[in-house]
Amino acid sequence: MFERLAIQASSFAGDIDGLILLIAVLVGFWFIVAEGMFFWLIWRFRERPDQKSQYITGKEKHLKRWVTIPHALVLVCDVFIIIGAVRVWYDVKQHLPEPDTVIRVEGQQWAWVFQHPGPDNELDTGDDIWTTDDLYVEVDRTYHFRLSSRDVLHNFSVPAFRLKQDAVPGRTITGWFHATSTGTYDIQCAEICGIGHGVMAGRINIQDAETHASWMSENATTTAAQ
Amino acid sequence: MAQATTAPVQDTHGHDTHGHHDEGWFKKYFWSTDHKMIAKQYLWTSIFMAVVGGLMAYVFRMQLAFPGIEVPGFGLVSPGEYNALITNHGSIMIFWVAMPMLIAAWGNFLIPLMIGADDMVFPRINRLSFQIFLISAILILASLFVQGGGFGGAWTSYPPLSANPEYNLTGLGASIWLIAVALEFVAFLLGGINFIVTLMNSRAPGMKAYDIPVTVWMIVIASILFMLSVGPLIAGAIMLLFDQTLNTGFYDPARGGDPILWQHLFWFFGHPEVYVVLLPAIGFVIDIIATFARKKLFGYKIMVYTAVATAVLSFFVWAHHQFIAGIDPRMANVFTVTTLLISVPIAELLFVIIATLYGGSIKFTTPMLWALSFVATFLIGGVTGIFLGASGSDIYLHDTYFVLAHFHYTFFPIAIIGGFAAFTYWFPKMFGTMLDETLGKIHFWGTVIPFQFIFIPLFALGLGGQHRRIYNFQNFPELASMQPLRVTATLALIVMILFQLVFFWNLFRSLRSKEKAPMNPWKANTLEWTTPSPPPHGNWPPDQMPKVYRGPYEYSVPDRDTDYWPQNEPS
Repeated sequence: MFERLAIQASSFAGDIDGLILLIAVLVGFWFIVAEGMFFWLIWRFRERPDQKSQYITGKEKHLKRWVTIPHALVLVCDVFIIIGAVRVWYDVKQHLPEPDTVIRVEGQQWAWVFQHPGPDNELDTGDDIWTTDDLYVEVDRTYHFRLSSRDVLHNFSVPAFRLKQDAVPGRTITGWFHATSTGTYDIQCAEICGIGHGVMAGRINIQDAETHASWMSENATTTAAQ
Repeated sequence: MAQATTAPVQDTHGHDTHGHHDEGWFKKYFWSTDHKMIAKQYLWTSIFMAVVGGLMAYVFRMQLAFPGIEVPGFGLVSPGEYNALITNHGSIMIFWVAMPMLIAAWGNFLIPLMIGADDMVFPRINRLSFQIFLISAILILASLFVQGGGFGGAWTSYPPLSANPEYNLTGLGASIWLIAVALEFVAFLLGGINFIVTLMNSRAPGMKAYDIPVTVWMIVIASILFMLSVGPLIAGAIMLLFDQTLNTGFYDPARGGDPILWQHLFWFFGHPEVYVVLLPAIGFVIDIIATFARKKLFGYKIMVYTAVATAVLSFFVWAHHQFIAGIDPRMANVFTVTTLLISVPIAELLFVIIATLYGGSIKFTTPMLWALSFVATFLIGGVTGIFLGASGSDIYLHDTYFVLAHFHYTFFPIAIIGGFAAFTYWFPKMFGTMLDETLGKIHFWGTVIPFQFIFIPLFALGLGGQHRRIYNFQNFPELASMQPLRVTATLALIVMILFQLVFFWNLFRSLRSKEKAPMNPWKANTLEWTTPSPPPHGNWPPDQMPKVYRGPYEYSVPDRDTDYWPQNEPS
């Protein structure tokens, strides 16, 4: 059922999964401590004939420690998570590595339109390849995508890449990815975009260099011939 | 309005027990200025809306588990209807269930009773608040039946989808939805002003700031928070309404507008809104836990301070909803820091509640079970929020079912568990009869256990990459295989809905019961338990208005015969 969870098809998928794991360990610890303490106290201090309730104000210093020490420790955990989150964020969203190829992605109600640069690796030239819902990329290559929308908000989401970015009309947002394994994966629209939102499904086809080159030459020729 | 503010409360309202009981049925139930009646009006309306919202969830969960099925009681679900159902389920549960139930109903009922006042300071504003609220509730329900159907652009209503009928195909539904939401805000602004002023001016003699029950603190802090955050959204809503109906372009990039502006205005309100409903629920839970653990609160002041800290911080976290919305990526770092910081006061609140149990003598009554389960469940909602507040992991988890499961693990404890905790605890005071404990416990377990089986599978689906607001996941090859999880969640939901019948049966029995509830069935300290159940008009007989001598949580004080010490008892 979860075979998909194991697939990490982009260079940064592992970093994001690592961050999720780090958070899971840190908050998992707090979760178990808090719930364990909570249920133990409920059990230990359930109403019993031989046990009287105590009068504790929590004002004394040695009692306040029960709250101030966890307080400080939570803060420390927060700092670790912040550092991890910012590092991953910086690599995925803030600092874009130099691209080998630039593509355009446009969302519209309810399809994805992709513009590939074709064999000359230049956008807006005669050999550009336009496709709908199927994106073709080459493995082990760094891509920049220029994301825009024709009508409403969409979200270009590739779960196998752990990649997500809103497409906003009136803006062009640049992002990047670097596929690390070949195969065909889902492209979702992850921002509600009207009644066809649920059928706005695309596919990213990651090909090895040879297959991609032949796909390009085939399609570039057809487009040029038209 | 002017009349209510200038004339002394007693004159507009009157507390002589004569001459106020001959009012007609309409006047009593629809035109009352009595805070207790207004509280009941809010309560019944919100329970009705909760039933509507719950049945909507049943319909769309059936469609998700068994795509294309004729849902029993509804029929085939079209994509447009599906979107309208999820949109209005969210809107109704937050604006017409959580807020009226937690803030308006219990705030109205409890604030005057807990601070020893005869009524709200502005009874007529209070009545107006409910009337506007009722109109908004009727409007949101009506919007489902207009031409084109109900609005289907999600409860966040992001433009350009929400702004342009050509995109959402539900022009009329979208506008009515928006007007209903805006009216609801007006109702709560009026109610909130009333709460704040009442707490400041009408406390019983002797009640100092730190003698106020935590429930009242929390409701009033929530009202202030609401008041300060809602303004930008009302402005934003009017701009959106203009975009929809007058063809302006505030959110249309083609005409110089910006769709992301709405997101900022919406979430500037939307995130504090989470705490607007959370704080009152925490207040109920704290009061109930103190009563049934027979314990003084561990650190009363810490609780009030952390609540204020949470409220202040909540103004600086909104953009964590927009990490990947196209905002400047550098901004995400700032909002990651503020968002994670807010975990500190919230964790501290929970620590203080847990510490209160230490040394107690815990009675497992129905309200106590609800209150304890609030803490256990809300913790899951809290810790899963960290994954989403951290920008790096939000890239993957944003707008997946992980988010959905996370906020249901916060909103369900808040609105449903917190709501039932308050309802079962204060029911005797409100209606003068006791609820049945056995039925109450059956209902409790029949609600909280299925709840886990609904939403834990949804966490798993979210981690598996399942995105939200999708009509039929069979269109996505990678997601299709996780169908058993969707079926589990839907079946658990049906079980939970069926167990609600136990609650209504219990309610019906008790309302018809002739057995009177005692004045103070739980042996609690706060002032509402020092007047008959239900309290008379004016709350206390005029010559017996309470005076306050101590804080609300003096349980198990050494060297006393009883383990409680009502606030109004002279020492």
